[in-house]
Amino acid sequence: MSQKKTWLAAGLLGAILAWSTAWGSTPPPVAPATVPVPAKTPKAASKSTVDHSKLKELQKKFASGPEVTKACLNCHTEAAKQVQGTKHWTWEYSDPKTGQKLGKKNVINNYCTTTISNEKDCMACHAGYGWKDASFDFAAEDNVDCLICHDGTATYRKLPGDAGHPVYERKEFPHGSGKFVEAVDLQKVAQSVALPRRSNCGSCHFYGAGGDGTKHGDLDSALKNPGKYLDVHMDAKGLNFTCTTCHATAGHQVSGSRYAMTAAQTGPAHIRGKADASPASCQSCHGDKPHKESILHAERLNTHSDKLACQTCHIPQFARDSIGTETSWDWSTATQMGPAGKPIFVKDSAGRRAFDSKKGNFAWDSYLVPEYRWFNGHVSYKAKGDVIDPACTVEINHPDGEPGDADARIWPFKIHRGKQAYDTENNYLLVVHTAGEDDTALWRNFDWQKAIATGMQTAGLPYSGKFGFVSTEMSWPITHMVAPKTDALGCAQCHSANGRLQDISGIYLPGRDHSRLLDSVGWVVVLLSLLGVLIHGGTRVVLHFKHKG
Amino acid sequence: MNAPTRIYLYRRYERFWHWSQAVLVIFMLVTGFEIHGVYQNFGFQRAVEYHTLAAWALLTLWAFTIFWQFTTGEWRQYIPTLNRVLAMVRYYAYGIFVNAPHPFHKTAGKKHNPLQRLAYVTLLAMVSPLIWGSGFFYLFYGYWKDFGLDRTISLEWVALAHTAGAFMMLTFFIVHVYLTTTGHTPFAHIKTMVTGWEDAEAEEGAAGKA
Repeated sequence: MSQKKTWLAAGLLGAILAWSTAWGSTPPPVAPATVPVPAKTPKAASKSTVDHSKLKELQKKFASGPEVTKACLNCHTEAAKQVQGTKHWTWEYSDPKTGQKLGKKNVINNYCTTTISNEKDCMACHAGYGWKDASFDFAAEDNVDCLICHDGTATYRKLPGDAGHPVYERKEFPHGSGKFVEAVDLQKVAQSVALPRRSNCGSCHFYGAGGDGTKHGDLDSALKNPGKYLDVHMDAKGLNFTCTTCHATAGHQVSGSRYAMTAAQTGPAHIRGKADASPASCQSCHGDKPHKESILHAERLNTHSDKLACQTCHIPQFARDSIGTETSWDWSTATQMGPAGKPIFVKDSAGRRAFDSKKGNFAWDSYLVPEYRWFNGHVSYKAKGDVIDPACTVEINHPDGEPGDADARIWPFKIHRGKQAYDTENNYLLVVHTAGEDDTALWRNFDWQKAIATGMQTAGLPYSGKFGFVSTEMSWPITHMVAPKTDALGCAQCHSANGRLQDISGIYLPGRDHSRLLDSVGWVVVLLSLLGVLIHGGTRVVLHFKHKG
Repeated sequence: MNAPTRIYLYRRYERFWHWSQAVLVIFMLVTGFEIHGVYQNFGFQRAVEYHTLAAWALLTLWAFTIFWQFTTGEWRQYIPTLNRVLAMVRYYAYGIFVNAPHPFHKTAGKKHNPLQRLAYVTLLAMVSPLIWGSGFFYLFYGYWKDFGLDRTISLEWVALAHTAGAFMMLTFFIVHVYLTTTGHTPFAHIKTMVTGWEDAEAEEGAAGKA
């Protein structure tokens, strides 16, 4: 009887165990916390609650961009006001540290130099319509350009010279090239609006400074449809991130800025959970201890995060494609004419601009090794009117940060070098009126004096009448084109003599650094001891045989 | 008619400890100088990983050995003495060349001659703390900040101290290996360190008397 009971109990227990393990073995799928949801591929069926092609407001022929915007604002009542609060609209930024007025409206860059007096050309990349001079109305809501970011057809294009308006009539571009840009079908574009894709952001950010890949080096049109090699996150067949996956927006405010970067984020991954941290940083998804391979190696790598930006190892090269990036722009040779006294345009062997009578000499390169700098996220600028020292290379912008700063990390940079016009009496960089149809535009009349006079007048700065050229450089932190981890830098690429961080000061880098004195003394002692035992032993051997003999 | 006497000098654990320590120290010198950039063999990453692993292994070995030294009382072998140090110096500087009798006779209670004692105690009291101390800080460099240490010590000084220790260890190694050849035959000491047994019969002094 008791035996029977025991069997019964055992059977019951077994059944319970089997049942519970069956349940336990199928846990609900848990999404890994550190991997953000990949962006939807464009072809997937839209989950939007609105099909814009069915909206009555959009069933008409639009004559201009502002007309489309008016239609958009019928429903999206706050959109224009939101955009008008962003840098995409104001092109203005006030440095909270210095109060200095920055932004594209005020700074001088190392490429086309400045937007001042050249608005009609530059505003091809402004998220608005009609900014051709200082009279532009920043409050007019229908001047906001919704389509440049939300065009889902990839047919919407804005060209230099149109002050930010799209192509309304078929047009030869570049002028005299025999190539034509078709007029945009605004109705079709308006009915096909979508969340921004890589090509939307790229329509400006890939082509900065007038050509594909020219400016950034880590952003070019290859990122429209990149492979894993070029960008592990944007890999079109893989994670397929769009720009906004990282540069998350709220109320049209795009996170992540060149003017105030998050250079040294610490702590675990938070993705979108932490309001005071930039979502456009590697750490926001990966945390500051992301390495998980063998304990020995992962531990070492994770402790590097207090000195190195992720980008330093994980973007071993930038411009990793045939498009390449411009490395130098020398304005001092602009206005030099060809043999027939006519302006000329010379391409390099890869078909990129090498010399242009309008603009001077250029140099390009692909697969570039970054230069490394300590960087705390703050960038100091030489904006218009700031005094320079023409005896030295002018750093148009300078990444701040000292070794040992808790906020500073070693970052990879593209350094773009060049020469620019400066006022030899007043010692500041000159604002040059380059683009325009008038008689004083440099690219029309090839007369520096007239172009400078107009530029400086527009900028509201005195011009002494004397100009020269000064060497300049501009630093661009590299943060896109993140390579797959198998392509990341190996230890010895920095931990060796003449390694990548050869010029980085303020740290002791094993494999690179040593004390010459200590090493000399050490080796002398080692050699002397070796010599001593050899002499001692040799003497013993000699005497031994002598004794025998 | 002296019967050949063999004395058992080094017990099994002692020999195990000695030889595994030897292997680890040599390996750490090899990998350490690679990390220092002297030459390339394993590659920087592997060298660092192996060096770290060997350090943990050696640390473990030391933990057991310290325990062993104290439970067996063998730690007394390292008490330094100046007694007859000069005789030892005279022997190495002159006597050894003319087959003079060795001024020191090993017994199980006194395995090390006075010079050896001085050398080992220097190693234990100076070189080891220097290497272990600097190595420990080097290894846990990434955690200095958590303890506010990054403001008081610099990696450079830690690394230089570690390097200095490595040079001392290399020098010790060279002299130590050479001195193993100074027994009654060139390999006698090594044999003893392998088997544990020392042939007392063939000692210089005994041979001279015979």
